[in-house]
Amino acid sequence: MFAVDNLVHAYEERDVLRVASWRAEQGAHWLILGPSGSGKTTLLHALAGILKPTAGSITVAEQDFGVLSPAELDRFRGRHIGMVLQRLHLVSSLTVLNNLLLAQYMAGEAQSAARAREVLGSLDLADKANAHPHELSHGQAQRVAVARAVVNKPKLLLADEPTSNLDDARCMQALDLLQAQAKACGATLVIATHDGRIKSKVANRFELQSQA
Amino acid sequence: MNLATISLSYLRARSLNTLLNVLLLALGVATIVLLLLTTHQLDQRMRRDAQGIDLVVGAKGSPMQVILSSIYHLDVPTGNIPYKQALEISRHRMVKKAIPLALGDSYKGFRISGTTHEYLAHYGAIFAAGKAWEKPLEAVIGSEVALRTGLAVGAKLKGAHGMGDKPGDEHESLPYTVVGVLAPSGTVIDRLVITSVESVWAMHADHHEIKDINEIAKQMKDEEKEYTALLIQYASPIAAAMLPRYVNNNSEMQSASPAYETARLFSIIGVGVDVLRGFALVLMFSAGLSVFIALYNALNERRYDLAVMRTLGARPLKLMALLLFEGLLLALIGGLLGVVVGHVLTEILGYALKAAQQVSVTGWIWVNTEWWVLALAVGVGIVAALLPAWRAYRTDIAGALARG
Repeated sequence: MFAVDNLVHAYEERDVLRVASWRAEQGAHWLILGPSGSGKTTLLHALAGILKPTAGSITVAEQDFGVLSPAELDRFRGRHIGMVLQRLHLVSSLTVLNNLLLAQYMAGEAQSAARAREVLGSLDLADKANAHPHELSHGQAQRVAVARAVVNKPKLLLADEPTSNLDDARCMQALDLLQAQAKACGATLVIATHDGRIKSKVANRFELQSQA
Repeated sequence: MNLATISLSYLRARSLNTLLNVLLLALGVATIVLLLLTTHQLDQRMRRDAQGIDLVVGAKGSPMQVILSSIYHLDVPTGNIPYKQALEISRHRMVKKAIPLALGDSYKGFRISGTTHEYLAHYGAIFAAGKAWEKPLEAVIGSEVALRTGLAVGAKLKGAHGMGDKPGDEHESLPYTVVGVLAPSGTVIDRLVITSVESVWAMHADHHEIKDINEIAKQMKDEEKEYTALLIQYASPIAAAMLPRYVNNNSEMQSASPAYETARLFSIIGVGVDVLRGFALVLMFSAGLSVFIALYNALNERRYDLAVMRTLGARPLKLMALLLFEGLLLALIGGLLGVVVGHVLTEILGYALKAAQQVSVTGWIWVNTEWWVLALAVGVGIVAALLPAWRAYRTDIAGALARG
């Protein structure tokens, strides 16, 4: 569950994002759609709490971001929000398994290699636990990024352009994967995309207008 | 998974760079440790050899030469002093102890020192075998002499004029008999052949006039007798003000203060030590600079890693700690390696010095100042990591991710 109200974000005295109101049920799957420059990534970052909006309120899983200190917000994000970034950004010096343990460690959660292996198993990555990111194919790396995002059983799973560089078959696989993993941990799923192929595959759509 | 495993994984990922930084730091630390250990041992040795000796009376000449020749046995004497005047000084009321020395000969580079049993007692000599001399031409050898020459109780040795590796003629007629071997003491007596003053007199007297060598002291006129030096212990602190002036004004002898002369010697050696220490500090400074550049460059490569860690819930302080920890880890590895290398180098130097029959130096001791050297290395690592750590603290996650 999350709610966004009267959100405004300005960058260099120009509004780059405006959202009057947006509410989502816990466990719902949403797309953020809109042309380039409409503020999809900005909205995603605001939902993740890594970008403080100029005005407005965001509530995720009944937690109002506005009342949290920066440190509390970091802690909340670590525990309850998972992110799959467009460029994946796995930590290249760590093994696949350690990339997952990193998520537990940075969130301040108890580290459980068993939980990490369970997630890797569910994404068909059990045999890659000790591989380094550079040894993985793009598809495998993306699944590791998803695994890292869901290892702490988040309430909100955010994905930025997860299908943009994929062919049609892989595009659908990636989408299925995200939806399946979100469902498995009961997370609300939000995908920011301009990829028309997946429009009809997700139940809810939130359209952003170009601010230019 | 903790800060250490993350830091280590980064250090491993840049192993060549890590090696360079560790080696630079280790070299600096090793050089300082080497200096510390050698000067400490040299200083201790110098102190121990001169302990309890407040003043040395010898022939006129360089006071440092008097000290070097009669306490440390590293130089030739300035000359001899007349027996009667030496006797006068030893009977002075401000003199508690006056040990005579009669020098002049050596055996295979080891000084033969004519003295009294009091000299052995002064250095707390312990016999490994045999006993002290009782008659002229009996001698006791130090542990180092026994080890190097293989002489044992009962063996004969012939002294030669002078000192060093190429001494003068051997005394053909009169060999010494070894009656005692001393246990190692860590002092100058380890390197001496010690005998009675009478033995040395007999060696240098006109042999035709000596009828019975055991009675030599009685047969020689006092005017013929000579000492090389007197090692003096004061009866009271006031003597320090009085006795040197008394010696210098009233005779053809001079007095030399071991404390003053060794301090002077150390201030001369100190220049070389300072140069080496400066060199070591330059090494450590470049190590710090190298660590700084490595971490600063790593920041660019790791901009996304740091941003990702923030998205995973890390507080900015944690990223700062991560960078600081990495600097600390580099410094600790380099510092500890440097300490180990420093000790090994000192031990190797000790072997080289041993071959040259100089003071013994070992690498297997610990000097408390080494903790400070380690602290300095750790400090260098942390200071080098400060600015990169601050930049990590300030990472703008949304900005970094939006650009990436």
